[in-house]
Amino acid sequence: MNRIRTQTITEIVKQLCIDSNLYIGRDVVEKINEFRQKEESPTARNILDIIMENHKMAAQEEMPLCQDTGVAIVFIELGQEVAIVDGNFEDAINEGVRQGYKAGYLRKSMVDDPVLERTNTGDNTPAIIYTDIVPGDKLKITLAPKGGGAENMSEVKMMKAVDGIEGVKEFVIDRVRRSGGNPCPPVIVGLGLGGSFEQSALLAKKALLRPLDQKNPIEKWAKVEDELLEAINHLGIGPMGLGGRTTALAVHILAKPCHMASMPVAINMQCHAHRHKTAIIP
Amino acid sequence: MSNKIILKPPLENKDIEKLKIGDQVLITGKIYAARDAAHKRLAALIEKDQELPFDIRGQIIYYVGPTPAKPGKPIGAAGPTTSYRMDPYSPLLMKKGLKAMIGKGPRSQEVIDSMIENKAVYLVSIGGAAVVTAQSIQAAKVIAYEDLGPEALQELEVENLPVFVANDIQGRDLFQEGVEKYKK
Repeated sequence: MNRIRTQTITEIVKQLCIDSNLYIGRDVVEKINEFRQKEESPTARNILDIIMENHKMAAQEEMPLCQDTGVAIVFIELGQEVAIVDGNFEDAINEGVRQGYKAGYLRKSMVDDPVLERTNTGDNTPAIIYTDIVPGDKLKITLAPKGGGAENMSEVKMMKAVDGIEGVKEFVIDRVRRSGGNPCPPVIVGLGLGGSFEQSALLAKKALLRPLDQKNPIEKWAKVEDELLEAINHLGIGPMGLGGRTTALAVHILAKPCHMASMPVAINMQCHAHRHKTAIIP
Repeated sequence: MSNKIILKPPLENKDIEKLKIGDQVLITGKIYAARDAAHKRLAALIEKDQELPFDIRGQIIYYVGPTPAKPGKPIGAAGPTTSYRMDPYSPLLMKKGLKAMIGKGPRSQEVIDSMIENKAVYLVSIGGAAVVTAQSIQAAKVIAYEDLGPEALQELEVENLPVFVANDIQGRDLFQEGVEKYKK
């Protein structure tokens, strides 16, 4: 049994909050640059250049890439041979978020009541935590700050089997079209297929975590991803919705079995400030 | 991006009339930072016919909720938030004299019509390029609604804040025209 102290978890979550908000992944920079080379619209090229300049300046100035430093979404893979000691697991994560958002001068965006008072909690807690129990004796923590602009353009639809893959594609393309410049394109489209109503949404979000330079390991889905990406980039929306070829950088699919009567389809939109960092506690 | 135009608020109709979609504009002077919750309060004051915390005539509102300033810096990261959430409030503010709004993403037809009627424009800045944008902000102070935290109403002193004209008083829309041009 590997004993991991809650203090260690807090420290690591704190650091992940800061690092994920300040330093963009190399895969994102490379993908934006790749599309920049092919972009036909001068306005779009200008915007993509400024976005890449922003990546450099954020690291240099040690400032967050975007003022929307998001909700702290935390994905945990907890090895079943790990024992968490010296405190409560979720409290330790929330303490890490509290400390990280303060020390990193990150914006606190959480409001306590979603509908009525909407009072800011002041420390960006609570985090949204998903825990998977996996084989092994390690603890893997991924922190993915999620901004509101792109999240607001996400959608779950309970489709019918008869809608088929064409129906799914139509739903995705229409969702991106209706989103226009709102989710800060170029976007990454996370597509969750199957499971149940709520699992499809979680699949869509988890799909976003795959590095942008990795193909879908399942060939049939890799093909659908390519087809969707091409169709989306024919919409003309472009960076920030001002016209251009670069509307999406990638489409990522995760699929799971589902009820024979159902076909849940979830779309989670991700802005170009595609931030996530992972740490493994041995 | 045909020409770069300098705007210094407070703005008059003649400043607004010359702006065309696609123009690149540099703003220098005082502007106001307000987003969802501050708009709700400003609109409530107007509906009750009460005075606003600042003289809105000729002014520019930037839809932004910045990150906290690091020691020695005037402000943190300060890119635009999505504008459509302010659509229900914007016509009211334009009637009171607001001349320009800065945000990201398209506006509703009602807001576009109100811009034509009240001679106001919608300007866009680049979402997610928040450190680049922050370089143009020289000073920031909360002037009302401090309890809203990052949503407080702030006065920002900006120098050469770069934005594009997305909707002009002719009723043209850069989002619509830009997308139309590159659609396949």
